[in-house]
This record gives sequence, structure tokens and C-alpha cells, in this order.
Amino acid sequence: MTGSASLGWFACHELRLAWRDMLSMMTAGRRDRERKIAIGAAIFAVFMHVVAVLVLGRYGTVSGNPGLPVLIAVTSGVLLSGSAMLSQAMESVTRAFYTRSDLELILASPARADRLFAVRIVAMAMSVSLISLFLIGPFIDVLAWRGGIKWLAAYGVIVALALAVTSLAVLLTVILFRTTGPKRTRLVAQIVAAVIGGVFVIGLQMGAMFSTGTLSRFAFLRSPFVLTHAPDVPSALWWPARAALGNVTCLAATLGASAVLFLAMTALMAPRFADCTIAAAGAARTAAPAGRTRASFRVRATAQTLRRKEWLLLLRDPWLMSQSLMQLLYLLPPTVLLWRSFSVGADVSVVLAPVLIMAAGQLAGGLAWLTISGEDAPDLVASAPVVPSRILRAKIEAVMGIIAMIFSPFVVGLALVSPFRALIATCGIAASAASAIAIQLWFRSQSKRSQFRRRHTSSRIATFAEAFSSICWAGAGAIAAAGSWLAIIMVIIALAIVAGVRWLSPARAHGDITTAMLMTDYAKRAWIA
Amino acid sequence: MPQTELNLALEIRALRKTFARPAVDALDLRVRAGEFYMLLGPNGAGKTTTLRMVAGLLRPDAGQISVFGTDALANPVAAKAIMGWLSDEPMIYDKLTPLEYLAFVAGLWSVEPDLAKHRAHDLIRWLGLEQHAHERCEGFSRGMRQKVALAGALVHEPRLIILDEPLTGLDAGAARLVKDVLTERVRAGSTVIMTTHILEIAERMADRIGVISGGRLIAEGTLQELSAHMGNTGASLEDMFLAIVGQDLAAE
Repeated sequence: MTGSASLGWFACHELRLAWRDMLSMMTAGRRDRERKIAIGAAIFAVFMHVVAVLVLGRYGTVSGNPGLPVLIAVTSGVLLSGSAMLSQAMESVTRAFYTRSDLELILASPARADRLFAVRIVAMAMSVSLISLFLIGPFIDVLAWRGGIKWLAAYGVIVALALAVTSLAVLLTVILFRTTGPKRTRLVAQIVAAVIGGVFVIGLQMGAMFSTGTLSRFAFLRSPFVLTHAPDVPSALWWPARAALGNVTCLAATLGASAVLFLAMTALMAPRFADCTIAAAGAARTAAPAGRTRASFRVRATAQTLRRKEWLLLLRDPWLMSQSLMQLLYLLPPTVLLWRSFSVGADVSVVLAPVLIMAAGQLAGGLAWLTISGEDAPDLVASAPVVPSRILRAKIEAVMGIIAMIFSPFVVGLALVSPFRALIATCGIAASAASAIAIQLWFRSQSKRSQFRRRHTSSRIATFAEAFSSICWAGAGAIAAAGSWLAIIMVIIALAIVAGVRWLSPARAHGDITTAMLMTDYAKRAWIA
Repeated sequence: MPQTELNLALEIRALRKTFARPAVDALDLRVRAGEFYMLLGPNGAGKTTTLRMVAGLLRPDAGQISVFGTDALANPVAAKAIMGWLSDEPMIYDKLTPLEYLAFVAGLWSVEPDLAKHRAHDLIRWLGLEQHAHERCEGFSRGMRQKVALAGALVHEPRLIILDEPLTGLDAGAARLVKDVLTERVRAGSTVIMTTHILEIAERMADRIGVISGGRLIAEGTLQELSAHMGNTGASLEDMFLAIVGQDLAAE
């Protein structure tokens, strides 16, 4: 039995909320979807295992005394997972500071807030490890199947890693809070989280480009440069890798060290969480100081007025950075590759087109959701004397404008190396972005901008279709850039995906995309009200 | 005096809207130009649905809506150009300042820039928001947000102002300010249609009152006309309202 406001009581409360929250996210609030989601998760798990067999099938047989190349490869995998987990944990910690929800109720109660925050830090660690287990688990299973049960120890390494990165995330965010202040921490923490999430894989790619002239990380990890500069085999730095390979002593040491670090950090930082959340709440209530911004009453066409508003809001969106920065960071390696191929005359520009096309599609999808579905004043815009199609057109133009602005320099650089591939990239970027925007348009559902992180819950079809269409356009770009007419097959698949999504979309049922969707949303809201 | 189309600010004929059940049921309503019209009714009576259809936010199943002689269903853009809409939930952009918000609204209604700037500053001053004119709205209280939204509904000087529960959640000072602004607008020649559950406000401010229940207009007139309709009992508007709605529900 758990006493009122005790650690156990808070843990039960948090567990119940987290479970309902997860269910709601998975089912988008519809109870009849629970069985479908369970079936979908099972299919996904099988799919991931098949992928793992294809990728890792031949890597299972490692001797009991692994050599340096194996330790380097496994450690790289651990670091790769760790950087992604740290990024996720930092975002969770930042969100915990700035999301009000029930904090005011709890902080106003006589319950000890540090207990709640201790439970929330544990919940963050659990969330980080569960997501990683779900994604990495199939690969561990395949390794255990092919190489023996010892590989299951990797599950323990993931848990240890989750504990360590959550501790680090809490420490980093509190330090940021203290150094940059509550007003700037949200933005700075998102940038740091995105950089951390991408830095390892991008660093490996950069290293690979400078040493081998390709984007292959595996080639770089086996290169003489890495082998000569890596610590010796007996070094304690390889313990996590040894633990993942089934060494029980190393696993116990890794888990123990992580647990001690986590407990110490939780005990130390939980009381500081209350101070940080109160300071963050104060910062949210303090508007930007007077005189910083100047409203512009210049003569503009209505479309220009709408576009300007969208750009201004995107520029000031507090969560956009964390959602989009990673996609932009991944453009760094191709940029370096472009620069190198231009300077040394190597013909590696073929890989640039698909990277640009993929990034454009993903970025356009997020921006389109913000401008089309995330309209915070739908009544105002809908009651303006402007035809709905013009409003939507202006919003689409705003997104395409940003895509053009971001990707033009890359395309221009590519054109200097290969005009043909620049043309392919331009067509691909336009097609990929247009597909993502169209999907967002067909599956629009009026939401608040603050729901941006949860935009995927409104329609799973739209989410997957957006990703698959970007992949297909990127594939088409890659094949076309290589000079093969087979690219047409990928183009047909991409178009089929978009057409299929259109057929499944709620917009088709209403016929008129520009007004029917608006009217349906408003009708629902009015009826609920 | 016969009511021609020109001296009618709003004319609704046989308006219908059905969701799971009829929300607005063959509603007929006429509001004269320059009057302060209060639309009253119990929860779920169809007030908001009616006003949202007038503002072009909801498409009716049947019926006609005319705003100053303009068919609002056939020519919604022209009708919207002379209307201002304020919802009960102030929908503004957190990341814009009040002045930026008003510049955006003025741009949507194509107000001449100098005029828009002048009006925006007047409204900001009038609503007591000068000190916050350059601050983003994210830190504003509900009352301040409602004032910004009201300024947005007025910056293009609409001839017909439609407000759905504009006083919900406002403190006494803010509510007084909003009432003063609306009274002044009516005095200047605008027409105001407003819904409220605060019957004392309707009693004090309205030129005419319409009572809607089950999607139909069940009573309409000045306070005196409604009183006469109820048999001149000297009852308050609250008593009359409850009696009228009670009779209607009993009749159903």
C-alpha cells in the first residue's frame, strides 16, 4: 500500500497518466483503434526483425575474446544510440520544465514536489529506455539468435545507457537553466539536443569523407587511422562494448555505475526541478519587453499579409527548432561532400540529390502542419473577406518559400559540380515538398500550434504516407542522378502513394478541399461547444 | 415603418442546420441597422451556430442570410468585408504583439495602411493596452487577450459587429470597457449582435432582444414589448426569459 503523496503514490499517479497518454497518442483518442494499434505494433515488430536479419544476419558470430575492430564497431553503436537517447532525454527534461499541465496543482499542494520530480526523472529514464528497446531490440534478438544468448546482455547495456543519459540530460538542462536563464533555455536546450542527437553520426560521416572520400561510416571505423588511435583492447573504455557482447562482469560494472550516477543525480536535482519550473512559469508569463518589435502597416496584398504572418510565426515558434534542426543538421555532411567533390574534382555528387530531396519532404511536412493545421486563430482567418482557396494558397506559398530559401544554396552548389544532378535535385525537392504539403492539406485537422509534437497522432496514414513518399522521391532522385531511366518506376510508386492517400483522405469524401474541410472542423467544434 | 432591405443589417430566412439533431430550425431573424441586438437562449439553443453561419464559419443546410442587402451565402467575401466577428474564446497569435496582430487583421481586410495604423493605435489606447502594445500576447491574461481580439474585430470598422459571449471570464473593469466600446460603436452607426448569459447586461444595453430555443426564435422585441407579451407583470428580464423558455420547453 502506498501512502498519500509518497514516492509510491506519485509513481502510481504518473504511471496511470503515462499509460493513458500513450494510449491516447497511439489511438488518437479513439477507443475502437486499440486492437488495430496492437496488430500494427506486432506487424512493425516483425518487420523490424526482418530488417535486422537482413542487416545483421552475418554479424552474429563473434568470439569470446573480441578484437579491436569489433569493440570499435560495438562502441560506435552504443555511442550512436546514446547520442540519440541523450537528445530525446534533454527534450523530455526541457518539456517537463515548460509544460504546465498539473504542476501548478502539485506545487500549490502541501505534497513534497521533489518526490514528484524524482518520479518524473525515473519516468523519463524509463521512456528513453523503452523507446530504444523497441527500436534496437529486434537487432539484439537477431544477434542472439545467430550468435548465442550472450547477446541478450545488450538489453542491459541499453538500460544502463538510458540511466546515464537521463542523468546527463538533467544535469545539462539544469546547468543551461542556471547559465542562460529560463527565457532562453527552451531554445538553447532544443539546439543542444538536436546537435547532440546528430553529432555522432554526422561526425562519423565527416570523418569518413575526409579519410575515405565516401559517406560510409563502416569503412571509416575500420580504417587504419581509427585503429591506430583507439585505446588498447584491455582499456576500461571498452567495458560497455564487452558488456553488450555478453561479458557478465563488465555488464554488472556498467549497470552499477549507471545506477549510482542516476540515483545521485536524481537525489541532487529533483529539489531543483521545482525552482526551475517556477522560474519557467514566470518566464512564460513575462512577455517580450517593449520596443523590441515594430508592427508593419505597409501596403500589402492579402496573400502577402498571410505569408508574412506565417513566416513571422514560424520564426518565433518555440518548438520548431527541435523538430526541424536535426533534418537541417543532416545536410551538413552532403555540404562537406559537395565542397570536397568540387575542390578535388571527385564525382560523388550522386549521393547529394536523394539527401536533399528526403530532407525537403520531411521539413515541408512539418512546416505545412504548422501553417495549415496549426492555425491558432481559425475564426479570424475564416471570417476575413478572402476566399478560402486564397488563404490556403498563401499558406502553401509560405512553406514553399522557406523550402526554396533553405535548399537553393545546396542546389546552386550542386549545379556547379553537375547541372544535370542539380536539375534532378530541384525537381525532386519540389515533388517531395509538394507531396508532403498535399498530404498535410488532405489530412488537415484544426489544432493548436502547441500540439506540433503530437501532430502524428491525428492520422497515422498521413504520417506514414509522408515518410514513404519522401523516401520514394529520394530513391527516384538517386536513380535518376545515377543516370538510369529506372527512376521512372520510383516516380510512379511515389505518385501512387500520393494518389492512394488522396483516395483515403477525408478531403476526398467532402469533394471541396478548400472549404469543406474548414466547414467540417468548425461544425464539429460548434457541435461540441 | 416598413423594413426595406437597406435598413436591415441582417436578415435571416428559414435558416437550418442539423448535426445529430436540428441545431437551427427554420430560423427567421431581422436586425435593423444601427441597433444593439441581444440574442439570448439556454445552452444548446442554437445561438452560436446561428452566428457562426452568419459570419461565414459554418455552412447552413438551407435558408438565406443577407447582410446589408448582400447575400452572404452567394457572395461571402463581400458580406465578410463589412462584418466583424468575435468568438467567446479569444483566438489570437501568442507570438505576435497586439500591434502586429492588428496589422495582420487590417491586412486581411485590406484597410489602407495609414488608416489602419491610426485606428490600431486608437484602439490600443482606448482599450488600455498601450504599455503592452509591443509585447507578445503569450503572457497576456484572458482579459487582455479578449481586448486584443476585440480590437481585431473593430480595426476595419465593420458595419455589423457579431460577438459571441464577449464578456465571459472578464473582470468588472474589462467588461465595462468592452461594453463602453460597443455602446460607442452603436452610437457611431454600427450594428451590434451579441449573445450573452448575463441577462442584466441585455436588460441594460439592448435595443431589442431575441430569445432562441431549440433553434427557433420564440420571442423578440424591446424590453417593454417582451414585458407586454408576458402580461405586464413588472417582472425582470431573468423572470421573463425563464418563463418564455419554460413555456417553449413545456410546449415541446
